[in-house]
Amino acid sequence: MSSAGPALLAPPLVEGPIDFRRIDADVNRPLESFPSARWWGAFAVAGLLLVLFAVAATYTVARGIGTWGNNNPVGWAWDITNFVFWIGIGHAGTLISAILFLLRQRWRTAIARFAEAMTVFAVICALQFPLLHLGRPWLALWMLPVPNHNGIWVNFRSPLLWDVFAVSTYGLVSFLFWYTGLLPDLATVRDRAKHGLRKLIYGILSLGWRGSNRSWSHYEKAYLLFAGLSTPLVLSVHSVVSFDFATSVIPGWHTTVFPPYFVAGAIFSGFAMVATLIVLMRRFFHLEHVVTVNHLDVMNRIVVATSLMVGYAYVIEFFIAWYGGVAYERYVFLNRAFGPYAWAYWTMVTCNVLVPQLLWFARIRRSMLLLYPVVILINVGMWFERFVIIVTSLHRDFLPASWDHFTPTWVDVSLFAGSVGLFLTLVLLFCRFLPTVSLAETKGVLAGARPDRHGAREHGGQHA
Amino acid sequence: MLVPIATERASMEDSMRETAAVMAPEGIESAPGGGEGAAGRTRIVGTVGLFDDPQDLVRAAAAVRDAGFRKWDCHTPYPVHGLDRAMGIGSSPIPLICLSAGFVGLGAALLMQWWMSAVDYPVRIGGKPLFSWPAFVPIVFEVFVLFAALATMGSLVHFCRLGRWHSPLHDSGVMAEVTSHRFAVVLEVQDAQYTAERASTVLREAGCRNIRPLVEAEEEGESFL
Repeated sequence: MSSAGPALLAPPLVEGPIDFRRIDADVNRPLESFPSARWWGAFAVAGLLLVLFAVAATYTVARGIGTWGNNNPVGWAWDITNFVFWIGIGHAGTLISAILFLLRQRWRTAIARFAEAMTVFAVICALQFPLLHLGRPWLALWMLPVPNHNGIWVNFRSPLLWDVFAVSTYGLVSFLFWYTGLLPDLATVRDRAKHGLRKLIYGILSLGWRGSNRSWSHYEKAYLLFAGLSTPLVLSVHSVVSFDFATSVIPGWHTTVFPPYFVAGAIFSGFAMVATLIVLMRRFFHLEHVVTVNHLDVMNRIVVATSLMVGYAYVIEFFIAWYGGVAYERYVFLNRAFGPYAWAYWTMVTCNVLVPQLLWFARIRRSMLLLYPVVILINVGMWFERFVIIVTSLHRDFLPASWDHFTPTWVDVSLFAGSVGLFLTLVLLFCRFLPTVSLAETKGVLAGARPDRHGAREHGGQHA
Repeated sequence: MLVPIATERASMEDSMRETAAVMAPEGIESAPGGGEGAAGRTRIVGTVGLFDDPQDLVRAAAAVRDAGFRKWDCHTPYPVHGLDRAMGIGSSPIPLICLSAGFVGLGAALLMQWWMSAVDYPVRIGGKPLFSWPAFVPIVFEVFVLFAALATMGSLVHFCRLGRWHSPLHDSGVMAEVTSHRFAVVLEVQDAQYTAERASTVLREAGCRNIRPLVEAEEEGESFL
């Protein structure tokens, strides 16, 4: 279908007899009808968890981070685990929207919008944790190089500061990318609106988009540029997150494999999360013909591939610990696999390396019922991966006298459960108020939608 | 609400071939049709040709281009590839702006880190140079991307004239079709070539079966509402 390489998924990308108007009607149905009882039920659960988050966050700020289980050697625990977990979730969104776009994988159309939204929401969740870990979040401005009466500047040599720049840039660029993609669809929703207020709100949000081809011409260039900028950006973000660990001198952290290992893990966990949510979304909003079984099949293949990369990283870490011959390094890895947190380590290995191998079977990849437990377990496993990396490396440091065990408090647990609530609340609101599948892009992949494909103006892969 | 025009669409479509021929030229006000009432006065600002198939649109766009029109545009529900060429649109300057802004960001980030770490607040750590540039690379890269992305968004808003909510397409009832399932060629009265007759002749000869006047509401401050 293009000169840029074979596509994983052959057309037709949208199943069944369908035209432009049907796409609009099908995708916009959740926006234009009163939400179902199931939506309200899910929203109530997510809302309650969000309240829990608010309570735990308020308690943390009021009493200080001593309310967490963190102790002397384990200075970073669930807070950073959650931060890395959520940032990683977001990465699949950028991968799907940017990297697959550059690779001309047009099947991404059906899932890109949802995945991009997930990116933005995941970054919002991730940001809560470093902010709370500050203890005094109202001083967050001090992380930026702003002039202050103390006459000092931030330390540009610190990976923690790189993280501030990387994550805030990532959040902003992801939002712009997502919003740019939304513009034409907001205009469609505006023009379908029957109610004046609805027309006003979507009209304002659409920035007066008219579908003019002179605009489309700029729009497509801008979209391509956003994709081009996001691709190195997403790789840099998780690399920088891994620098937080890799540039330290802590055994188990101080390793050069971290940047690619973290990026692969991020994509792995993100795809699992996209699958987790989109399986429910397509079913509840009756979009099985737009997000097809073939889409999930292809996503699951990427999950297997990244699972193998992550598995390779687990093995190579052990090999290097043995091969490097540093006693501390060797101890950390033995302690990981057989020490007090061995259960966490083996949970991680089982969920991330063993269970995903089931996805080699097409029967499992293509059955919503069978693949669902697999992707849920991957979400669990990837949270444990970050927990294992952070806590097992810290809890037994160089001096046995200062060893300690980390046990989470109710505040730790509430903050994590609450951040899931925050995420789900945002996802549910998104499903209710914005088109979950890109209308404009989906129309563009329908049969007969592309005059340049009829032979009259064939220019190969010149256009995406 | 300016939809009355749209409600009358059916009758207008039928009478369009006749109406187009006698359409008012530039500047002359007219109230199309009878019994407008609440719709208020409107004025004709161009001609719209509607298509159901993108292939027909591309063909018509090439015809309009060859007829020498300048102030015209196509409106489509999704980017139709091959249309830029058919319309004779040059390439967008956004990539150049994006790249330039990126380099401005790169320079700014490098300058900022040098001045803050080596000039204004120099702290010697481990005997390393004050301007230890490799450590500054990650932030230089992030600021490059940040500036480039903001400039891309800014130029998109500028070139697509986003943030202007009014359009005669709303008044003519065409907008709801081109953001959904139809394809339109819009010729504007501002064009030196434009006469209502010539516009509809060109569109008809290009195979357009659905030609309508582009009308604009007269009232000040009237928006798509």
